[in-house]
Amino acid sequence: MDPVKISIFGLPGVLVLWLLAVVAFGVFAYRIWQLVGLLRQGRYEDRFDQLGRRLGHLIKHVLLQPRIFNERSIGLPHFLIFWGFVIYATCFNWALVRGLFPFLPIPYPDGIKVVGLFLEVFSVLVLISLGVAVARRLCFAPRYLHLSLDANLILGLIGLLMLTMVFGSAFRLVGEETSVWAPFGSLLSQAFATVPKETAHSLANGMWWLHMIVVLLFLVYLPYSKHLHLLASPFNVFFSQSATRPVGDLGVRGAREDLTAGAARWQEFTWKQLLSGFSCAECGRCDRSCPAAASGSPLQPQQIVQKIKEHMVHEGLQPKNGDRTPKLIGDVIAEKEIWACTTCLACMNRCAVWNEQVPLIVALRRHLVSEGRVERTVQDMLGNLQRYGNSFGKSDRMRARWAQTSGLKIKDARKEAVEYLWFVGDYASYDPRCEDITKKTARVFAQAGLDFGLLYEAERNAGNDVRRVGEEGLFELLRDKNQQAFGKAQFKKIVTTDPHTYHTLKNEYPWNGNRPEVQHYTEVLDGLIQAGKLPLKKPLAGRVTYHDPCYLGRYNGVYDAPRRVLRALGLEVVELPRCRDRSFCCGAGGGRIWMEDTEKVQERPAENRIREAVALAGVPTFVVACPKDLAMFRDAVKTTGNEGKLVVKDLAELVAEAMA
Amino acid sequence: MANPILVLAEQTRGELADITFEMLGAGRKLAGASGAPLYAVLLGSEAAPLAARLGVADKVFVADNPQLDVAPADTIAAALKAVMDQTQAGLVLLGCTNVSLGIGSILSAKTSLPLVNFCRSAKAEGGAVVLTSQLFGGKILSDVKFADGRGIVSIYPGAFPTDAGRSDQTPPIEKVEVSVEAPKVVFKRYLEPEAGDVDITKQNVLVGVGRGIQTQDNVQLAEDLAQVLDGAVCASRPVIDQGWLPLSRQVGKSGMSVKPRVYLALGISGAPEHWEGMQNSQCIIAVNTDPKAPIFDGAHYGVVGDVLELLPVLTDKLKARKG
Amino acid sequence: MNLYVLLKMVPDTVEELNVAADGKSLDSEFLRFKLSDPDEYALEQALILKEKHGGKVTVVALDAPEVDDVLFTALAKGADRAVKIPVNQAGLGTVAAARVLAAFFASAAAPITPDTLVLPGSQAIDDLEGELAPFLAAALNLPYVGVVCAVTPADAQVTVVKEFAGGLRAEFAVALPAVLGIQSAEKPPRYVPVAKVRAVMKSAKIETVDLPSPDRPVQLELDRMYKPEAAGHAQMIEGATEEIADQLVEVLAKISVL
Repeated sequence: MDPVKISIFGLPGVLVLWLLAVVAFGVFAYRIWQLVGLLRQGRYEDRFDQLGRRLGHLIKHVLLQPRIFNERSIGLPHFLIFWGFVIYATCFNWALVRGLFPFLPIPYPDGIKVVGLFLEVFSVLVLISLGVAVARRLCFAPRYLHLSLDANLILGLIGLLMLTMVFGSAFRLVGEETSVWAPFGSLLSQAFATVPKETAHSLANGMWWLHMIVVLLFLVYLPYSKHLHLLASPFNVFFSQSATRPVGDLGVRGAREDLTAGAARWQEFTWKQLLSGFSCAECGRCDRSCPAAASGSPLQPQQIVQKIKEHMVHEGLQPKNGDRTPKLIGDVIAEKEIWACTTCLACMNRCAVWNEQVPLIVALRRHLVSEGRVERTVQDMLGNLQRYGNSFGKSDRMRARWAQTSGLKIKDARKEAVEYLWFVGDYASYDPRCEDITKKTARVFAQAGLDFGLLYEAERNAGNDVRRVGEEGLFELLRDKNQQAFGKAQFKKIVTTDPHTYHTLKNEYPWNGNRPEVQHYTEVLDGLIQAGKLPLKKPLAGRVTYHDPCYLGRYNGVYDAPRRVLRALGLEVVELPRCRDRSFCCGAGGGRIWMEDTEKVQERPAENRIREAVALAGVPTFVVACPKDLAMFRDAVKTTGNEGKLVVKDLAELVAEAMA
Repeated sequence: MANPILVLAEQTRGELADITFEMLGAGRKLAGASGAPLYAVLLGSEAAPLAARLGVADKVFVADNPQLDVAPADTIAAALKAVMDQTQAGLVLLGCTNVSLGIGSILSAKTSLPLVNFCRSAKAEGGAVVLTSQLFGGKILSDVKFADGRGIVSIYPGAFPTDAGRSDQTPPIEKVEVSVEAPKVVFKRYLEPEAGDVDITKQNVLVGVGRGIQTQDNVQLAEDLAQVLDGAVCASRPVIDQGWLPLSRQVGKSGMSVKPRVYLALGISGAPEHWEGMQNSQCIIAVNTDPKAPIFDGAHYGVVGDVLELLPVLTDKLKARKG
Repeated sequence: MNLYVLLKMVPDTVEELNVAADGKSLDSEFLRFKLSDPDEYALEQALILKEKHGGKVTVVALDAPEVDDVLFTALAKGADRAVKIPVNQAGLGTVAAARVLAAFFASAAAPITPDTLVLPGSQAIDDLEGELAPFLAAALNLPYVGVVCAVTPADAQVTVVKEFAGGLRAEFAVALPAVLGIQSAEKPPRYVPVAKVRAVMKSAKIETVDLPSPDRPVQLELDRMYKPEAAGHAQMIEGATEEIADQLVEVLAKISVL
């Protein structure tokens, strides 16, 4: 009853199978070769370090795929569909090999009882999951789900394959004893009890051939559909940056070309950046979590990835027909989309295939900066940063003026050794709205007996936002100046006020391989409290909510230290619905605080967030740990008309209150 | 008798600029101290009818050659030199303004007399003249002396009172002939500022916005305030350059000179370019986040704070007060 | 077109300016220099003219602190040639500077061709002796217009727009070659990224043209230089936003504008 032993159109089944397999694999391989050829036209990037760790990362995130579960309704179904597919793929290849080489002394997979059982059970589970997926699409389609032909075709093909398995099993069992190893097949075969055995067995063979043909069709179709992600995403996960180093580090390892001028054409992205397009499963998790998209701006992270892919495939594989090549920036992707990103990392945090959307956007920004195509206000900021080392356009000598009226004598780390170098940052140093809090922080440190000092005028903007705006050359300049200043100072650890500074000093400065410990002030306070060194005089009472800053939380995983501090003060911390790594960005990052609103926005991200906070019952205080958050949310409280209902306070202010 | 002092009267399209009277007043004081005659010089056919208003001068020299209307700096300088030669003048005063820019320098080159720019005060000391000039936008002052009382002075607008230069008396007028070489710079036409809906020079209350207003949207907050006060919104150069308000609303050296009852300077630092245009406002109220902004030196009232925070609150309170 | 842009470094007023012990010059301790604002616009105007009508842009400066950065930045923005005249700008008045530049234009390094435009900034914040542009024009016997905000070539001439006051402007036809004092350009000065300037620093060279220092560095000796005493200061209103607003309402009521 070997299916390949039958004759088809006069040809031996084996031969037909060989023909089909060769053609299908041939076409498939050709297409893959074409797509890999496109990747090879991208720039080089070294993602080949620590292969062992990469493998571990792959195993966890492809086989266990925890990120898929971050959307409840589809999490389990996808997990099951995935594993179902893996098992079937194995069985298919097994069946194919056996079919191509009939002399091999191995049975077909469904010939082995246990395997057969697995196949049946999984087929049915997958069919149920598909049913859920289809019902969701047709009846409960979430707003964001696009019903594309590609997606529906895939669901249809998978369904067909599962049906052929079950029916194949059923037909084989017609006239045979039911087997406990083939429960569904046995059940179904009852329906065909009247069919003559010969016919049933022919039908079973038919199911087998149908199954093979559909899979081979699927194989050919795969590289042309969004299901290319089946092949590409495991590689994408394997080569993901976060497998071996912080994902928020925009430095590229082992680059062979100068990447400062970014990408003006698709070939100027790195091969890994181009791989994102093939790995993207078009699930839209990134779009749904993007604060820019939520506020009505033209940016959608998935579109950036998809547009680059489509542009690359179209331009890379179409024969040259003399038509004007569309420009990547301008025709394919609009400048407005590129500037709308706040670099909050929500997209990359949610992406189930570990795509890296932010570096794509920054690469495009680098090109715009290299051409001077930057809006006026940003130009002014960059000019100020270059000349004065701060975005406020004030003299570098004014940086530590706040210290003179703080009531403290703060050490100069350039002149005497300190344990903690306090890197204050632009906003905390120069913005009059933040000055008070900076002084309070200084007093808190002093009262806690912390041995700290400043770089005074030698401190420069750490360069986080400059890098994210795309002015890589200026970032390097600022970084060099700061590293020089660090070299001349004596300290053991660094504490920062601003999470942006924290992130960059910790992850993007080379430190000549000798990185000091970098802590955010909330971590330092947490440490002091746990060591019993923070003299809290009176407990504060009340309910507060805490907003996780993007660069402290998502980028660096610091969630608990600030919460512990708040609880130690006696406060009850009520979580916002979107908390911890789901925190919703205030909209200031990525240089956006320097930019004008690109369009009439529906609702600014900060306003959206304040409304979320106001909806919490009985919570009058919104706690932040970042100077930009402070500025953005205080404005948003006013513009949403919530003054009197919600007060925005920096965590340092609360600590100062408790120590007063 | 000491050498005469010449004042180049400045006018545009038949209107005498305030600087002319400021210079006459200053010249009168210097002339009084040295016993020198003070002469005014009017050049051009548009200028001639204005001679009667320059009574503070002992004599007005008029060259009504139409080629001197809107003439280039070197033509004017040549004409002025001719009058200098004729009158044996030793000290020349002209305006440190857009209209007169360059005339003094070319005259200095032609006569080898030294020029002192940005002059805010001039005193006679014996036979010498001591001039105080502002440099670096007014952050630094310098004193320079014409030891023999001879030289060219470019007078900074608003530094001298205009009243001292006004008089009811009609001065004697003397016509001079000035020949003009074929100019290589030819006036073609004026470009009027777009007719603004509002003439800010005629407003009682002006709400001025500068960089501190931050975005175009926020200009509306200023409009709201202006409306409550029955005034109008005007702006410093950076705001106009951004295109947030039309040219007709620009206050400053290249823009309008205004003298309203109240000038609210919001987010304006007080740089000289702008200050020149509104320094004579009766009451200047400045709001700025920078406590060291130069505007606070000259304003009558000052607030160190965030304009965007204050504006809506102020507007509401004013509405309530008005009933 | 043959375009020369004259660049001058002036003290940066973002820093506090103090007078040196000699009472006649600026204290150099924290003194920083930056390119004079109108000169930035002059460079921008020159680059715009080159982009639209072709030609060559040469930037010229005397020796001053941080001038090399400025010259390289100009090259990175698109200037073709950068020349530094190794005569120290410090202590030179405008008249002496004009003499040096006149000698430059008389030399073989900078021929004045029939299509030449010399574009200094209209004026600088330390021009005690007058503006460079008219002095240079007089020395070179070239036509001059100051406070220029737009330049358009028209056959063997250029049409320029000069700013007057009150928003009024006027158009003039100027024969070439000429000297134009630039106040502003049709677009604000462009941005050039740091990486480009660094690349230019490695690949391009600043020419030097040796010229003698002038005999008389200044027309007149300063008697003294000093900081002004604030003639007055505003009456400051303090307090919370609400309180401030209340007080302002009173002030406005008193002046009876309500």
